[in-house]
Amino acid sequence: MTPVAETLRRTPLYQRHEAAGARLVPFAGWEMPVQYAGIREEHLAVRRTAGVFDVSHMGQIETKGPQVLALLQRLLSNEVRRIPEGGAQYSVLCREDGGVLDDVFTYRLADCHFLTVTNAANHDRDLAWFRSHAADFNVDVIDRQADFAMLAVQGPRARALVESLADGRLPARMHCCQRTVAGLPMLVCGTGYTGEDGLELLLDPEASPAVWDALVASGAAPVGLGARDTLRLEVCFHLYGNDLSEDRGPIEAGLGWCCSEATGFIGSEAVASVRAAGPAEKLVGFVIDGPGIARPGNAVLGGGEVTSGTFSPCLERGIGMAYVSAQRAVAGTRIEIDVRGTVRSATIERKPLYRKEA
Amino acid sequence: MADASYPEDLLYHPEHDWARVEGDEATFGITWYAQDTLGELVFFDAPDLGSQVSKDTAYMEVESVKAVSDVFAPLSGEIVAVNGALSEKPETVNEDPYGEGWFIKVKLADPSETESLLDAAAYAASLE
Repeated sequence: MTPVAETLRRTPLYQRHEAAGARLVPFAGWEMPVQYAGIREEHLAVRRTAGVFDVSHMGQIETKGPQVLALLQRLLSNEVRRIPEGGAQYSVLCREDGGVLDDVFTYRLADCHFLTVTNAANHDRDLAWFRSHAADFNVDVIDRQADFAMLAVQGPRARALVESLADGRLPARMHCCQRTVAGLPMLVCGTGYTGEDGLELLLDPEASPAVWDALVASGAAPVGLGARDTLRLEVCFHLYGNDLSEDRGPIEAGLGWCCSEATGFIGSEAVASVRAAGPAEKLVGFVIDGPGIARPGNAVLGGGEVTSGTFSPCLERGIGMAYVSAQRAVAGTRIEIDVRGTVRSATIERKPLYRKEA
Repeated sequence: MADASYPEDLLYHPEHDWARVEGDEATFGITWYAQDTLGELVFFDAPDLGSQVSKDTAYMEVESVKAVSDVFAPLSGEIVAVNGALSEKPETVNEDPYGEGWFIKVKLADPSETESLLDAAAYAASLE
């Protein structure tokens, strides 16, 4: 076995993962569980009942102060003033040229008080970006990454499961509120990354093992990053570093819906010009027609590249996302992918690739 | 999934492959460690009957949900049988890596190549 470097960070649930037989792997500087019982089994648990993920590697940036709205509206692509108190919103952080620095969820805790959840690999850069732009505003920017553990409880049974442990009603989708769950105070958010209903819990790291235990005892299956990836890809949620990068703008990534250029966010002019002219390439979802699994980096014949690819446990086929020329980015179009020397045909499908049965 | 085991009657290659040698033929597969590391296999692209495999060289790929991995030939020879059942049920490799989960049978080109392979104890020790 390759020894794991000493410098990897561990979440407060590390011992729970070890005890549950997780395979732990390095991920964005953290030692994280990639699977417990098996990716397929964990994936299906989330689609059919409920699963709990340790996502404590994710970062948090708190912003508060009289000019917080003005600062966030410079940094975030979406219309921040539209987030109600106790609301949540998805957006991207862009550079001046429109390249995407990160995709984030922002929660409005109070009128002039926000919490933004960052990707682990981007957290330090995001924090520096927030701080460098905050100098002109009367706003406190506080790194809260070390102050929160984060658990995602996802699946059709997730809400009832958390509710049975909570002291009151849970927030609706895209909302958040302070609650006590399993006797411990936390921020409960109606968000997730699986395409299922569910909640994300932000809480004191020291309290997190007890909450994890209560969720597992109530029937939530521990789920690792492996199934987190297959779940998000079935519903075509972007993964930063694969489907999003500094070299790609939000319009070509299909994220124009979370960009409000009229607000004047950093990069809005570049985004507006791409939106007006139309992007040269677009991110599409595809399903492999026969056997085989495309992987990130595989070339699309005639131009284009696979950015995410895996085996879909629900569709039982290879699925993925790829950038292809805008002309070809239409549902029903056949593409051919060079999968390590074997050409495999795939069909571009409407997103999401997986839909819940009615 | 089966428990970790490394049967005494097999020879092992350091790339986590096993060979069951019977006369001038051998059956190949991957070890318990290999299937455990990969996770549940979901795709098995069988190689062609009659093609040649070379010791220490990849002769096919297997895929789990998360990753693709080369499978190395522990010995050289010509493929005389492939386990076609794995195309339909690749997870058999996880359930029974040394039995129903075999990959190919090979007519050996040079039976003396077996001298460089590991016995079960040496292979198991290499995993420590």
